[in-house]
Amino acid sequence: MADRIDPADEAGVIEAVRQAVAKRTPLAVEGRGSKRAMLRPVQAGRTLSTGGLTGITLYRPEEMVLSARAGTPVAEIEAELARHNQVIPAEPPDLAALFGHAIPSTIGGMVATNLSGPRRIGPGGALRDQLLGIRMVTGHAELVRSGGRVHKNVTGLDLCKLLAGSHGTLGVLTEVTLKLAPRPEAGLTVALPVPGLAQGVAALSAGLGSPYGVSGAALLPAGWRGSGGPLAVLRLEDFARFLPRRAEALRGLLSSFGAAGLIEGDESAALWRDLRDAAPLAAAPDQAIWRISVRPSAAPDLCGRLDQAFEARLLLDWGGGLVWAAGPATAAAHQAVMAATAAAGGVFTLFRAPDPLRVAVPVLPQEAPALRGIADRVKAALDPAAVLNPGRMR
Amino acid sequence: MIALPEPDAAVLARRDTILRDLCRLVPDGPFGPGVIGDAVRLRVYETDGLSAYRQPPLAVVLPTSTEEVAAVLRYCHKEKIRVVPRGAGTSLSGGALPLADAVVIGLMRMNRILEVDFDDRLAVVEAGVTNLGITQAVAGDGFFYAPDPSSQLACMIGGNVMMNSGGAHCLKYGVTAGNLLGVTFVTIEGEVVRVGGGHLDAAGYDWLGLITGSEGQLGLVTEVTVRILRAAEGARAMLAAFRSNEVAGQVVDAIIGSGIIPVALEFMDRPAIHACEAFANAGYPLDAEAMLIIEVEGDTAEQDDLLGSLAAICNRFDPISLRVAETAEQSLAIWKGRKGAFGAVGRISPDYLCMDGTIPTGELPHVLRRIGEMSDSYGLKVANIFHAGDGNLHPLIMFDANDPDSFRKAEAFGADILKLCVEVGGCLTGEHGVGVEKRDLMSVQFTETELRQQRAVKSAFDPDWLLNSAKVFPLEGNPALAPRAHG
Ligand SMILES: Cc1cc2nc3c(=O)[nH]c(=O)nc-3n(C[C@H](O)[C@H](O)[C@H](O)COP(=O)(O)OP(=O)(O)OC[C@H]3O[C@@H](n4cnc5c(N)ncnc54)[C@H](O)[C@@H]3O)c2cc1C
Repeated sequence: MADRIDPADEAGVIEAVRQAVAKRTPLAVEGRGSKRAMLRPVQAGRTLSTGGLTGITLYRPEEMVLSARAGTPVAEIEAELARHNQVIPAEPPDLAALFGHAIPSTIGGMVATNLSGPRRIGPGGALRDQLLGIRMVTGHAELVRSGGRVHKNVTGLDLCKLLAGSHGTLGVLTEVTLKLAPRPEAGLTVALPVPGLAQGVAALSAGLGSPYGVSGAALLPAGWRGSGGPLAVLRLEDFARFLPRRAEALRGLLSSFGAAGLIEGDESAALWRDLRDAAPLAAAPDQAIWRISVRPSAAPDLCGRLDQAFEARLLLDWGGGLVWAAGPATAAAHQAVMAATAAAGGVFTLFRAPDPLRVAVPVLPQEAPALRGIADRVKAALDPAAVLNPGRMR
Repeated sequence: MIALPEPDAAVLARRDTILRDLCRLVPDGPFGPGVIGDAVRLRVYETDGLSAYRQPPLAVVLPTSTEEVAAVLRYCHKEKIRVVPRGAGTSLSGGALPLADAVVIGLMRMNRILEVDFDDRLAVVEAGVTNLGITQAVAGDGFFYAPDPSSQLACMIGGNVMMNSGGAHCLKYGVTAGNLLGVTFVTIEGEVVRVGGGHLDAAGYDWLGLITGSEGQLGLVTEVTVRILRAAEGARAMLAAFRSNEVAGQVVDAIIGSGIIPVALEFMDRPAIHACEAFANAGYPLDAEAMLIIEVEGDTAEQDDLLGSLAAICNRFDPISLRVAETAEQSLAIWKGRKGAFGAVGRISPDYLCMDGTIPTGELPHVLRRIGEMSDSYGLKVANIFHAGDGNLHPLIMFDANDPDSFRKAEAFGADILKLCVEVGGCLTGEHGVGVEKRDLMSVQFTETELRQQRAVKSAFDPDWLLNSAKVFPLEGNPALAPRAHG
């Protein structure tokens, strides 16, 4: 396709951006396009893909560090890590089912969207916290590196964090370096039926406030996996021999909320994979999906408001701090999400929606006026001709 | 010596007016003056943890609220007066070093804990609350604030945010950036912006991530929302000593390779062991070339299990001695020497420079060998302390401050070490920041294009370069100073 540029290397990316700037023809920047349906459609005639920049360029298991070109599929990296019993600690999701396709996520796309799974609540933090270094091509068609390949680095402004979650609007990532962690030897789930969201979030808070190392804390909607009501699930991961005692202690701690059961082995692993990928929401492809980040104690009220506004399908992760909501792809529903999120002091992302909706509404919250000016100037500093993903974020 | 820019004569000439105006903006309070202008009391603020550099500022203001900070910034912006933000002044890179024509904004009077929420596991505190103060406020309920710089008794959370500080336990718990939820940020124009809040992830650009570690270049932070964590059931340490740096380096690799991530994994070389032992009588093995302190967490049985596995790994490398703490007291004894390391080196040599590069951990033996050679050729002693799990190396270079030549040599030695860190794939600073100290070395790590890009991002926040100028970026490319620097 003439309107698709697929460079095989960094020099090709630089050349593509140089031409885009010279001809003033904006670019839709993507890896393989697995998250093309996120946020707003890009207003550009040409697509620049980093899908051709593949391969792991450095992997030192004993230093827990890996570098890969931006187009390397996440699954390929995870397979290589598995051979050394290591993982990307943030547990990045595989959203193919949610977006209804079979396109693999690339590592560059994952970093550019800064998506983390259930383990984000643990001490390892978000994907952006594990981003040690980047190479990117800016809108000046220049190669810029930030960070490096060592775990601790505070040299200069942290452009890694700025680029993580910038959705390709500030630079084209060509290579990323990540901090790794050992793959936990085993995991199991303490599952507690709860009467409602408020009790559920309270139970998750109790678990997360315990010293047993909870590495996942979610609230499943009624009906999922055959449960009659909402189910609070808490994951423990560590060496297998440590888990039985901790699970017992956690169940004891939660006994005031009710009797908790155990889900073990593959069943537990599958549950957290589904949660990571927001799989329960994948059905009904014409519905909109919002991803809302909120203070956990504000989640029940937020969910109540959404429920009142439309028939919301809800999934809570991060101890209640992450609310996935699915509902009708209407401006009214979106208004309700914006209002409820603002009231809760949180932030939303219109994660998936049919084009007419995502073209018409703000897909992200508006920034405070002072930050808006700064955002415009930062964008101009990195992409003065505005050739990178115009319209994607606002 | 690193050059400081010529002060702006026009600003110096207006000093009296400026002081009068500042006094109106920040009145005296019950606990002391709002503005300090007399020469004697300004000297308290003339330096920070990099005490070889001294420069009294034009004035110091000590606001007690975000509104006062905003008013001072609005004023300085309008009058084009430079600003140096300051927390406790423990920066080891000269990050809080004043400039002669600058107003220092000290946050130490903003020291209230505003909110603690155990259910949401967060605390909202003012920028002048000390790092340890946060943990003390939540420890009664079994919680703590994870990043623990050795300066935690004194250093303030605002300074921690701006330096993205680390600590001995960041191998497991991460650095400051991963433990923040939000800040109240005041721009140079005096606009107050809430960035982040009680939630984990930003939607849109990650301003919190960019502000963290920005060394006062982008704006001031007046309030911080931190994550607090439930403390582990218990922790215990062990000590293992080896015949060579190489062997100790292999042990570190073997530990990480085993899948056990200790909460702390500290390395000391022979001079560091000797200095600490003389100071603390911790019972460190004086015949060792290298020593590791390894700490694990869990309940007693888990600690026993993990320490047993770690001891087995150490035993494969023919240790000179191996000491596994049986009790919390024995653990403290193992840590005692390491925690007093700076004081210990200070006793051998009252003056030392604490360097802070990071290297890929596999390069440790090579880097220590090269540092040893440099030590011989400069004729200056050095002791090395290393956060071995994450590659952060702290060589302490001893010199004599009464001998200018000795100081010059120490600075050159330090610069050579940092260049070596970059050469082997590491970086100039792992946790202490660039400040003035490493400002002129930035071009060793970054290309001119990369520096230009970083400067452009700074300019987006601070177009006139009034905030902490003459730090972080080499003077040549500094748009506010360059014309003057070239006459
Ligand atoms: C004995 C000793 C041990 C140390 N150990 C460690 C360690 O283990 N790990 C580690 O990472 N560091 C360590 N440090 C370095 C130092 O303590 C940290 O950098 C600390 O975060 C600085 O905090 P502070 O409050 O003293 O900030 P300052 O030194 O006052 O300021 C630091 C920087 O931040 C800016 N700043 C301060 N407050 C604000 C604010 N509110 N808004 C905007 N900018 C601001 C200043 O302009 C300056 O650039 C140590 C220092 C000493 C003296």
